[in-house]
Amino acid sequence: MKRAVALIAVAIAVAIGATIVAGRDDPGSGTVADRARDIAAGLRCPVCLNLSVADSPSRLAGEMRAAIASRVRSGETDEEIRAYFVDRYGEWILLEPTRRGLNLLPWALPVVALVAGLAVWLALVRRRPQRDDMAVSQSERRRIEHELRGLEEST
Amino acid sequence: MNARRWRVVVITAVPVLALVLLLASGIGNDPRDVPSELVAGRAPSFSLPSLTGDETISSADLGGQAVVLNFWASWCVPCREEHGALDAAWDRYRERGVVVLGVNVEDARPDALEYVEEFGGSWPLVTDPGSRTSIAFGRFGVPETFVIAPDGTIVAKMVGAVTYEWLVDKIEGALRSEATS
Amino acid sequence: MTAFVGTVALAIALSLAAYGAIASIVGARRRNASLVESARTTAYSVLALVAVANGAMFVALLSNDFSVRYVATNSSVSTPTFFKVLALWSADEGSLLLWNLVLAGFVAMVAFRFRARRPETFPWAIAAMYCVVAFYLLLVLGPTTPFETLASPPADGRGPLPLLQNHPLMAAHPPFLYLGFIGFTVPFAFAMAALVTGRVSDEWMPITRRWTLAAWIFLTIGLVLGALWSYGVLGWGGYWAWDPVENVALLPWLTGTAFLHSVIVQERRGMLKVWNLSLIVGTFALTVLGTFLTRGSILASVHAFAESIVGPLYLAFLTLVLLVGFGLIAWRRDALRSEAAFDTPLSRESVFLGNNVLLLALTATVLVGTIYPLLAEAARGTKVSVGGPYFNRNTAPVALLLLFLMGVGPLLPWRAASGSAIVRRLQWPVWAAAGTAVVLAVAGGGTAGTVVFALAAFVAVATVSEMVRGVRAQRRAHATSWTEATSAAIVRNRRLYGGLVAHLGVLLMLVGVAWSAIADTSAEVTIARGERRPVDGYEIRLDGISSREEPHRRIVLAHLTVFDKTGDEVVRLQPSLNFYPASSEPIGTPSLRVGTPWNGLRDLYSSLVAVDPETASATIRFIVNPGIGLLWAGGFVTAAGGLLAAFPSRRRGVSAPEPAHPRVREEVPV
Repeated sequence: MKRAVALIAVAIAVAIGATIVAGRDDPGSGTVADRARDIAAGLRCPVCLNLSVADSPSRLAGEMRAAIASRVRSGETDEEIRAYFVDRYGEWILLEPTRRGLNLLPWALPVVALVAGLAVWLALVRRRPQRDDMAVSQSERRRIEHELRGLEEST
Repeated sequence: MNARRWRVVVITAVPVLALVLLLASGIGNDPRDVPSELVAGRAPSFSLPSLTGDETISSADLGGQAVVLNFWASWCVPCREEHGALDAAWDRYRERGVVVLGVNVEDARPDALEYVEEFGGSWPLVTDPGSRTSIAFGRFGVPETFVIAPDGTIVAKMVGAVTYEWLVDKIEGALRSEATS
Repeated sequence: MTAFVGTVALAIALSLAAYGAIASIVGARRRNASLVESARTTAYSVLALVAVANGAMFVALLSNDFSVRYVATNSSVSTPTFFKVLALWSADEGSLLLWNLVLAGFVAMVAFRFRARRPETFPWAIAAMYCVVAFYLLLVLGPTTPFETLASPPADGRGPLPLLQNHPLMAAHPPFLYLGFIGFTVPFAFAMAALVTGRVSDEWMPITRRWTLAAWIFLTIGLVLGALWSYGVLGWGGYWAWDPVENVALLPWLTGTAFLHSVIVQERRGMLKVWNLSLIVGTFALTVLGTFLTRGSILASVHAFAESIVGPLYLAFLTLVLLVGFGLIAWRRDALRSEAAFDTPLSRESVFLGNNVLLLALTATVLVGTIYPLLAEAARGTKVSVGGPYFNRNTAPVALLLLFLMGVGPLLPWRAASGSAIVRRLQWPVWAAAGTAVVLAVAGGGTAGTVVFALAAFVAVATVSEMVRGVRAQRRAHATSWTEATSAAIVRNRRLYGGLVAHLGVLLMLVGVAWSAIADTSAEVTIARGERRPVDGYEIRLDGISSREEPHRRIVLAHLTVFDKTGDEVVRLQPSLNFYPASSEPIGTPSLRVGTPWNGLRDLYSSLVAVDPETASATIRFIVNPGIGLLWAGGFVTAAGGLLAAFPSRRRGVSAPEPAHPRVREEVPV
């Protein structure tokens, strides 16, 4: 048993180690094309509903991509480029809401949901029964009767 | 015991009603109606090549005049619907120095010229290569019309076809702002 | 004429549904069996009448009856017959007609199923279903009627929206979705019946188990077909845009999946009763929310049927469902006490609960993200977007956790696990994960790729080892051959093996999603005729541009030849642009080479963005998408797993809970 646990621990360590090593192959985001693509992927195409400027096949989107690329090349920062579009189209053009004010709600919620879920899980899993653990529960009893009688009622 | 039961029921009803109220607030919304950021702001400067000739028309050329900037395309059906309104407004206001400037976007030159031949329209026409001016104005699609006061402030914006009444109303407003400033 | 027939048929159906609801309730309270029976058989008449109404619409469409406004707006003389038929569900009013047909069909099936013996809750359940039927019939008779007539019919119709007549897949996607959504009405109705009558024993679950599973399978297929349509037919190269209407279709699938797992816990241990009732009410409510958001024109979406005034009606119905559903659960809380407790955190029940928690967290995330723009506008007056990047970022970690649980869950026995048993079972999967991680790190997979594939290996090995364990037990118990043992194991534990197969299917889908998300490349190039340009590790040559006239559209095609790095021709593609008279922007049709295991599972995807006739050049978007085929294969496998789990067991009429897994007998808790 101890050996088995140790083996598993080793395996997990190997997996984690390999993952860290794999990090060296992660693509950087330095080139003009990458940055332009990232920014375009975060903007909403004004023409095609619900697609990003990077994904949208519409002509306006293509020209917006070109505009973004030329701004990246001329040295503007990501923030400045985004601000340019927000000034003209409004906050609506950002596909991810900013993290300010009320917009914190959609950002906080997934974390809160996970934490709350974990709390619920712990609470339910730890709840001690009111009766003897080893006794046959009512549903188990019913199951036994089920199989004994072969009720047709349930499908 | 009964009171406790009722209390639990009421407690479950509260979040339900809150959700429903939130959803109800969305009824009557037009999800495509996105407010414009630039209204009451400065119109971006532009310099656009003519559709029909070689010259370039720039915002500097039009300084001191009220401008109705209308983005259109030959394949755009509502553009045809609003053409008459633009024509009428042009007729009425050109003497007073108001310029209707048609910006042809997302189109092929021959198609655009064919459209002009079919529908007429004697106001200046330009194109927007690369859509730079479109983006600068925050254009969503076609047709889209901006009314700009003589001092360069954007007075109004319409996404979709304009009516004659709307044009008159906004142009008058733009001209008035010149008188008061 | 057809409009008249259709309207009359629907009106009679509505009155019959009302009768059915009232008669079954009165019959139940007064113990009047013949009243209940008459209410039951009414379902057949309702179905027949709704079918007549649907038939009337088909006749109107096929005969170009433009006096019916729906036909005039959604069909035209030049529309091909196949798409004329599809026009039935391509727009709001018509699709609601189809919705009613499916709903009536389900009620009739329930009526048929319980023609001989039925549980005490049956009259209330069928009354609940009649109420739902009545609501949707009311809608299709009133504000959203497809049978409105025009005083002066036009000579020709407008034709369907271009997007909806581009491809035959349009045929399959909505019906499967509807079967899925509407299918959940059945377990919901029986749950309501159980709550109303106070007979909150676990009966309502086994009765409706197959219906729930069927609904889930249909919904899975419907969602995958939708993704397939988005990918193969629309030109943007993606399969899921986190569009609000897509999201609301996903939500009941998430809660439905949670429900499928937690009912097993309730059947075995009598726990999670309130939980399960809430889940089924929530799932049904989410389907109503789905119709509300899709048809109520609240949020901008490519799917949304625009210009509908029925928002308040849907909202009222949703409110009713939520208040009555959760109200009844709260009312009956005392009768729903848990009969047992979780023995330890390291048991299958706990993992199932964990699965539920994660799925609900996902549901909350997607729901809030979808609705948040409404809140922002109500509170601040600004329009805000919540799109793809947000959802991808916030669902990916939870999806990975779910993947992990999917692997671990089947390894743990019910109730309690001995430490050594777990450790023994973990050996192979964990080492598979480690090995995969090493291989990927060496091959340059990057962090994300390594994590996903290592987890996938873990789950794959864990799942398969569970399948093998059952087969081995059969062999040992009955000394048979491997094949006999396998079929015996599967036949005796359909539910378990169905679930394991479905897990493998989900695994394939997640791997496909992750792989294509991590390793896809996309580029846009403008090529002149005869020119050859390098793109994404390949070379593309534009051989020519051609165009073709069809009765309802004009098609412009670009002919491409794709070469690989060594200069060999790989494939010829013809992406095209479709110009429809009624539409401003053309619709692109992509052309792709499907990835198979023999070409590295790489999809080569091309779409035509623009054509410049003056310079005879075309702007092409070229995407290399590895692994996406796994998404479709996985979807198919998941549905197959569900199907396996749903098959009747050999003993006639005996349902779940499944007989104890043979493994349990040899397990001695330490």
